[in-house]
Amino acid sequence: MRVLVAMSGGVDSSVAAALLVEQGHDVVGATLKLWGGPSDSGCCSVADVDDARRVAQQLGIAHHVFNLTEEFDRNVVTPYVGEHARGRTPNPCIECNRSMKFDRLLRRAERLGFDRLATGHHARVTGETARRLRRGADAAKDQSYVLSILDQDTLGRVLFPVGDMTKDEVRARARRLGLRTADKPDSQDVCFIGSAEGRQGFLSRRMELHAGEVVDGEGRPAGTVEAVELVTVGQRRGMGHGSDGQRRYVTRVDVASRRVTVGGAADALRASVLLPEASLTWVEGPLVPGARAVAQVSAHGRPVPCSLEHDDAGLRVRFDSPQRPVAPGQTVALYDALDPDAVVGAGIAA
Amino acid sequence: MTTYLDHAATTPLRPEVAVAMAEVHTTPLGNPTGSHPPAQRARRLLEEARDEVASFLGRDPGDIVFTSGGTEAANLAVLGTVEAARCGRGEAVLLCSAVEHPAVRESARAAAHDGADSRVLPVDRSGVLDLDALARTLTSRCTLVAVMTANNETGVVQPLGDVIDAVRRRAPQAFVFTDAVQAAPYLDLAEVAAAADLVSLSAHKVGGPVGTGALAVGPRVALAARQHGGGQERERRSGTQDVAGAVGLATALRLVAAERAEGAPRVAALRDRLRRGLLSSLPDARATVPDDVAVLPGHLHLCLRGVEREELLVALGQEGVCVSGGSSCASGALEPSHVLAAMGVAPELAAGAVRFTLGYGTTEADVDRALAAVPGVVDALRRRA
Repeated sequence: MRVLVAMSGGVDSSVAAALLVEQGHDVVGATLKLWGGPSDSGCCSVADVDDARRVAQQLGIAHHVFNLTEEFDRNVVTPYVGEHARGRTPNPCIECNRSMKFDRLLRRAERLGFDRLATGHHARVTGETARRLRRGADAAKDQSYVLSILDQDTLGRVLFPVGDMTKDEVRARARRLGLRTADKPDSQDVCFIGSAEGRQGFLSRRMELHAGEVVDGEGRPAGTVEAVELVTVGQRRGMGHGSDGQRRYVTRVDVASRRVTVGGAADALRASVLLPEASLTWVEGPLVPGARAVAQVSAHGRPVPCSLEHDDAGLRVRFDSPQRPVAPGQTVALYDALDPDAVVGAGIAA
Repeated sequence: MTTYLDHAATTPLRPEVAVAMAEVHTTPLGNPTGSHPPAQRARRLLEEARDEVASFLGRDPGDIVFTSGGTEAANLAVLGTVEAARCGRGEAVLLCSAVEHPAVRESARAAAHDGADSRVLPVDRSGVLDLDALARTLTSRCTLVAVMTANNETGVVQPLGDVIDAVRRRAPQAFVFTDAVQAAPYLDLAEVAAAADLVSLSAHKVGGPVGTGALAVGPRVALAARQHGGGQERERRSGTQDVAGAVGLATALRLVAAERAEGAPRVAALRDRLRRGLLSSLPDARATVPDDVAVLPGHLHLCLRGVEREELLVALGQEGVCVSGGSSCASGALEPSHVLAAMGVAPELAAGAVRFTLGYGTTEADVDRALAAVPGVVDALRRRA
């Protein structure tokens, strides 16, 4: 097969490329230049492109750099800022997978005559006709959550060569092959936000941030926050303690009135989360109300058993036991209740 | 089978140049600033090369400063005159055409960052400098006017003679710098650029080695050195001279000058055949530069609607057809073209911009292969869209 492998300059995609070459495929590497601004992590720096190119050279494959900065800004960064402006907590990595890697790049690969697009994600695809997206073999590095928006058709066009390996195995393989990325640290956080400026520094350059008041459940003043747009439902940090001495949690963020409501741990628990119809994606086909599932609400969150209920606005995920609230804008990945390694679909919390 | 049509990016080293450069090192070569026989030999080779470069440009050998390439030459021209002006008059005013190579653009940007007054001269829709705008912008405060002899992306030849006339008339104190890197293989610079105050060259665009260039600096130009040290090149560019590189540049220029009268029309005819063939076989292809505009013989710039140039370059490369799509950034990614933007080319057309550049080594068979391969590649990209 002709395979285009997306090489970020990290060890996983380096080894993914190496494995495909070993398997005898006709492999070409591509690195996306997604971000033109300052950044010190993630997939966009010149040093990372150099690493990817050098690994491709070591493997004897061609390598291209694709400049998709404008579309990344339009499809990922601008919506990220917009969601924050509405007081929501978006997941830009998922949007990047949805609109850039598994749409823009995938279509480009196919136009260039490639049979598959490969990435270094820790996830697996099984089945020929009814394809399933499964967790990677390394539970600690599993990335099925950020891929949970992929559909049946897309899964048939992609490869995840390192999904069967643990991270240690990936690094060992890279070392054995003498790849310069073997001991490179894992990427952290959002690739377009530098660690020096942080989320607040980044957003303050792209939007106006507003100070807000913090009130308790009865509307009594309970402090202030620097930027109400950066407060997340369920957040504990910076919210102090109540008169009872217990830690306080954010239960509600109202950007319009610049008000953050806090409560005790019990107030902050939620029995369910609503996934609006328009945000839902399914790997094989929709689960019907009444179905059982397992929900995961962050990249490495604990899976929670749940039931699905009809709601006029979409699908309501009812947790078996109350959970810390899912921040609006966060993706909820749903896994098969009977086969909890397999993703069945995803939606974005209302 | 490789069909190399990217000669404006770099053109292969001519075998005679490789031989001449190798001969430099057949006996021990001294440092040209020394006094013993190997140093004397190095100095002789260097000055013979300087004579040839000067002759190619129609100038005095004392004008010629050897550099590490076209980029250093452009930096020295822009920043060296700006710095000299600021040390003298206390201010510097810089006019650059909107289509200058990044070596000039970024030098101007750096000068502006350091306080120089830097202005951009517009071009028309064909990419030709707007002489009226130049006339309006020239004042007695101008330090340097930078207008390239011919553009690297489109090949458009600029009206350099008119530029020089206008500057002499309206801003006689100002210097004219022309980046002749792209023009050098095809235009007689001793005629076209002799009246310019500063002229830059790059060896690897004329079949010489990468890493060597030259800047011609006219006798009246006030230039501050950008690189300090042993005072070589009449204190305009310190650093031990690369004698073999200078010999390579001189040899390549000699060969180009000898070949030009016969070679340039031959390359132009090949380019015209490629142009006709591609325009007739590619629906929605548009020649970026109109027919009646003077363009270098080797350049063919097209905009293909509905095709993305990054994909086009990769797909053509897979078929062995090597072309280019514009400037690249530090990571190697293609950047949107400032040249096409300055010409007012619509973004959806610029997105499918592709540059074919032929060279003296290009053959009829190269054109045949390109004509055979390109339409199929473009069609496949469009069909799978």
